[in-house]
Amino acid sequence: MTAAVFFGCAFIAFGPALALYIFTISTEPLRIIFLIVGAFFWLVSLLFSSLIWFMTTTLTDNKDEPREKYLLIFGVLISVLIQEMFRFAYYKLLKKASEGLKTINPYEEAPSMRLLAYVSGLGFGIMSGIFSFVNTLSDSLGPGTVGIHGDPPQFFLNSAFMTLVITLLHVFWGIVFFDGCAKKKWYTLLVVVLSHLLVSALTFISPHYGLNLVLAYIIMVLTGVWAFFVSGGSCRSLKLCLLCQDKDFLLFNQRAR
Amino acid sequence: MLTFMASDSEEEVCDERTSLMSAESPTPRSCQDGRQGLEDGESAAQWRSQESEEDHEDEDPDRYVCSGVPGRPPGLEEELTLKYGAKHVIMLFVPVTLCMIVVVATIKSVRFYTEKNGQLIYTPFSEDTPSVGRRLLNSVLNTLIMISVIVTMTIFLVVLYKYRCYKFIHGWLIMSSLMLLFLFTYIYLGEVLKTYNVAMDYPTLFLTVWNFGAVGMVCIHWKGPLVLQQAYLIMISALMALVFIKYLPEWSAWVILGAISVYDLVAVLCPKGPLRMLVETAQERNEPIFPALIYSSAMVWTVGMAKLDPSSQGALQLPYDPEMEEDSYDSFGEPSYPDVFEPPLPGYPGEELEEEEERGVKLGLGDFIFYSVLVGKAAATGSGDWNTTLACFVAILIGLCLTLLLLAVFKKALPALPISITFGLIFYFSTDNLVRPFMDTLASHQLYI
Repeated sequence: MTAAVFFGCAFIAFGPALALYIFTISTEPLRIIFLIVGAFFWLVSLLFSSLIWFMTTTLTDNKDEPREKYLLIFGVLISVLIQEMFRFAYYKLLKKASEGLKTINPYEEAPSMRLLAYVSGLGFGIMSGIFSFVNTLSDSLGPGTVGIHGDPPQFFLNSAFMTLVITLLHVFWGIVFFDGCAKKKWYTLLVVVLSHLLVSALTFISPHYGLNLVLAYIIMVLTGVWAFFVSGGSCRSLKLCLLCQDKDFLLFNQRAR
Repeated sequence: MLTFMASDSEEEVCDERTSLMSAESPTPRSCQDGRQGLEDGESAAQWRSQESEEDHEDEDPDRYVCSGVPGRPPGLEEELTLKYGAKHVIMLFVPVTLCMIVVVATIKSVRFYTEKNGQLIYTPFSEDTPSVGRRLLNSVLNTLIMISVIVTMTIFLVVLYKYRCYKFIHGWLIMSSLMLLFLFTYIYLGEVLKTYNVAMDYPTLFLTVWNFGAVGMVCIHWKGPLVLQQAYLIMISALMALVFIKYLPEWSAWVILGAISVYDLVAVLCPKGPLRMLVETAQERNEPIFPALIYSSAMVWTVGMAKLDPSSQGALQLPYDPEMEEDSYDSFGEPSYPDVFEPPLPGYPGEELEEEEERGVKLGLGDFIFYSVLVGKAAATGSGDWNTTLACFVAILIGLCLTLLLLAVFKKALPALPISITFGLIFYFSTDNLVRPFMDTLASHQLYI
């Protein structure tokens, strides 16, 4: 497969996350650290879910195809639940760390919980995206023909778009989740878990890419809008921002209007 | 005094990196120096241990202030200590990441470093036996030999340092870095050119290697821009790590990594540990550490200092140490804060010189090397799997973060290897055996979690 496929899919899957990282995270060292710790938490959650899946497959060691598929589905669902559990654990850790930072360093502003929600969501998203896609991406540099046995030829493109949507969804889920925890609105957590399960479950109908992707993107847009309103945005502030009339933002960036 | 290993190994284990690190004056870092002394061609492990120790020498403004400066307002110290925390962590993340990227990129593209071509003289037992028990036994024996060589070299260095054989140490370090900068670079360049099928004639090659090596020697052992010095230290760490990845047999490498972190822990923290003794000796003598074996992330801006030239300060570190007879070693890597605050300084009274300085953290080169060995081995043996490599990378960064946190809390020299290597090993084995099959199955069915 060509270099065009490699670069194209790489930028589709990781471009927005990279842009978010460069413009919002890379300037502040503390945010980078929280991002990496978030990625670590996702990794640990993946480890636990792989352990559970591995144990179930080795314990029920028969070679039925459907059995394996069901175990895989079970593995996916367990993984989603464990990821959300670790998101909650990370929320608890960040709350403690935030308080610690405030007492240690009263002169310097500690990052707000909303910012940490965004950073943690991005950490989860980046790690999730990388782990899902990087092996496929490196295979795309090698020789081969996609879909030679009748499978859909848009394997890479589909995977890239799916990776992108998962990454962005993690960001939005992070924001909404932390806000729900902070305001003790437990139904928010339930909605996040259910939508994550829904997005993962949609991928089970894998050969029908169109439906799978479109639904996932719709969910992403809805969750994005929800996250926007949860983090304090409003229609008015959006309008001001888009028309470059937001004085606070302009002053902050010292740009003359 | 480089001792080469068996004919088929071009490894030069000792290099000044390892043996050098003369402790900076009142830094608690002297442990690191001890490590460096060991170099003498001995396994880099020794070197690493030194380095790891050195790493933790945090430039703790607190420390410096307490030791060197009279009359510094007490409240300011704590604030400064914590204020620089996150920034210093990132200042170490970047070089560690760069070193790992260089190693992983080389491993994945240049086949030479993954081919088996003999073993080091320090790991004489072969792992080609069919039985698992025998193989395990051989790897443990290899580890024992390697670690004992390292311990011997460390003790040798401590002895040399105690009896003030500076010339010997300097000579040793210079020979080591010569070897690394010229011979290993030549071999590396040769292999890269072979991989990409690029032809280069000998005169061009000679010029390139000569320039690279000569500038490297100057930057590392004498004065040079900080960024260039850092870049050279990263490159030589990567070269050393590649040599280890090539010449250490599989199981031995993992056991050695585990054993070296235990040794690191013991040597730095035990009261009679060689590295700790080295640090304390250096502290008593108020001497700076040899810069060639430690990666320093700081820049010193000392405005108004009589001895320091502000115009050249941008990237140079010129600690002023009247006691050091060899000032050629003075200017690397170590902003010696206490020196800044010595009494006859004209700029001192009432000035907030402290605020103008950027303190940095130092990490020994051995730590760089062992981190890169771990990640490189994960890349080399992970059956083409990138997930394992990335998992080890994240694990090592988290370990480094935790170590720096402990450093900020305990404010003394700490070993950099144990936490990171432990996390790295755990994540390597678990990702390779548990996560990889899961993710591969998911990817082939295009399921997403």
